[in-house]
Amino acid sequence: MLRKILIANRGEIALRIIRTCREMGIATVAVYSDADVNSLHVRYADEAVHIGPSQSRKSYLNADKIITAAKEKGAEAIHPGYGFLSENEKFARVCQENHFIFIGPSPETIALAGNKSEARKTIGGLGIPVIPGSADVIRSPEEAVSLVNKLGYPVIIKAAGGGGGRGMRIANNEEELLHGLKVASGESRVAFGNPDLYIESYIHNPRHIEIQILADQHNHYVHLGERECSIQKRHQKLIEESPSPFVDKELREKMCEAALRIARAIQYKSAGTIEFLVDDKRNFYFMEVNSRIQVEHPVTEMVTGVDIIREQILIASGEQLEMTQDEIRQNGWSMECRINAEDPEDNFAPSPGVVEGLILPGGPGIRVDTHIYDSWEISPFYDSLIGKIIVWGRNREMAVCRMQRALREFKIEGVKMTIPFHERVLRDGNFVAGHFNTNYINGFNGINS
Amino acid sequence: MSGKVYKVTAPLAGTFYEAPSPEDAPFVEVGQKVKTGDVLCIVESMKVFTEIRAERGGTVVNVLVEDEDSVKKEQVLIEIEMT
Repeated sequence: MLRKILIANRGEIALRIIRTCREMGIATVAVYSDADVNSLHVRYADEAVHIGPSQSRKSYLNADKIITAAKEKGAEAIHPGYGFLSENEKFARVCQENHFIFIGPSPETIALAGNKSEARKTIGGLGIPVIPGSADVIRSPEEAVSLVNKLGYPVIIKAAGGGGGRGMRIANNEEELLHGLKVASGESRVAFGNPDLYIESYIHNPRHIEIQILADQHNHYVHLGERECSIQKRHQKLIEESPSPFVDKELREKMCEAALRIARAIQYKSAGTIEFLVDDKRNFYFMEVNSRIQVEHPVTEMVTGVDIIREQILIASGEQLEMTQDEIRQNGWSMECRINAEDPEDNFAPSPGVVEGLILPGGPGIRVDTHIYDSWEISPFYDSLIGKIIVWGRNREMAVCRMQRALREFKIEGVKMTIPFHERVLRDGNFVAGHFNTNYINGFNGINS
Repeated sequence: MSGKVYKVTAPLAGTFYEAPSPEDAPFVEVGQKVKTGDVLCIVESMKVFTEIRAERGGTVVNVLVEDEDSVKKEQVLIEIEMT
């Protein structure tokens, strides 16, 4: 079993990982930038190393500094969290070369998952439907135009280097395509240190449904059921739940079976997510493999009772999974609202600033994963996600009522949060009835109505 | 130098970028004429890029921040002498 892990991340996910490490008796090393000197992950970890200026590129994306910190503190393994270097094949390789265990799949698997065209080819070869798109990353605007002239508009431009909605744009015509390529490339460079983009046909009004899988190094593969992630704005998930109100037993079985086949085909060894788009006729299309822990993993933990970070660490240690497929049950309903420092009344504009008057919700069935506290400064240098409210209920109706209560209890001043938006969605008849797709927010009258 | 100066400020705290990408030339330089709607710079906050556009036409007389500087909300970034 691993004895010391360096967490190459910040914010709520760094805390989340530290918490499980503590439960497992594993020592932790935090890394932090100038902006994070007073961060909770620094306080919670057993040791902490300063790795540079606030800009991610100079700190959390700087592999050399992270490797140096791991050597200095004698860590055995590096947990990349999500975002930053988590889906960076080179970083996983550098960890290996320096004799650190990278807590995630192999560099080869990350490379295959990250190379969307290769992944599409491999998975299409399994007989699983895939979305048509560019064969490789886009090399020039001219190439993009000629490709899309063949595919047909609308298309979606995506970052080759990562997910989370960063570097993603829909284009309905050539003008939007050219502008989208430029903006998306800039966003990708900053978010993932990689400006590469690829293009896919855009499927109308789909649902985004993903399958959580776990795979150890002893050829055991299990799935933990689906997550429904269709409530998104600008392709960033805002509300997730498990199970999905749209998925019946038959569809679940088919999707989970496909996800496991994909995981085996790419020799996936860790916790991972297979993302699908599902149309209104319940046809599903492979979208991508997320070769990391995901923001929304807690909804799966709530309904299955499985600590996904723990399993990730056990797998990386060479242990076997702690459960078989037969032992995994989806019990009740879980829902997560992402709390972002964004102003829902101003088109979700970023709202960095100092937290004041913070009161977190609590009571039965409520879990809050956050790194903020009173007087903490939410920095403009990082993602706007500052926390997650996760609830559990025996059924969806109970989960909705609990989330309504949790949102009402959450108090914060000094910065704008997505909470008023969530309150409106949780009261909306279509959402409550489970009638929505990824365009829900575009048709939603928003906060002002 | 007789026209009124219009100050372009950061709409939110973040990082100032003078060009669309490190390989590109800056959007504007001192002495350059701009018209309403031209992109002057980018401010990145929480990984969101906001293009700052000229609300008035004129001549750029001052760029007060360096590429990749951290800027505060409402901080003056660029001065334009209106025509």
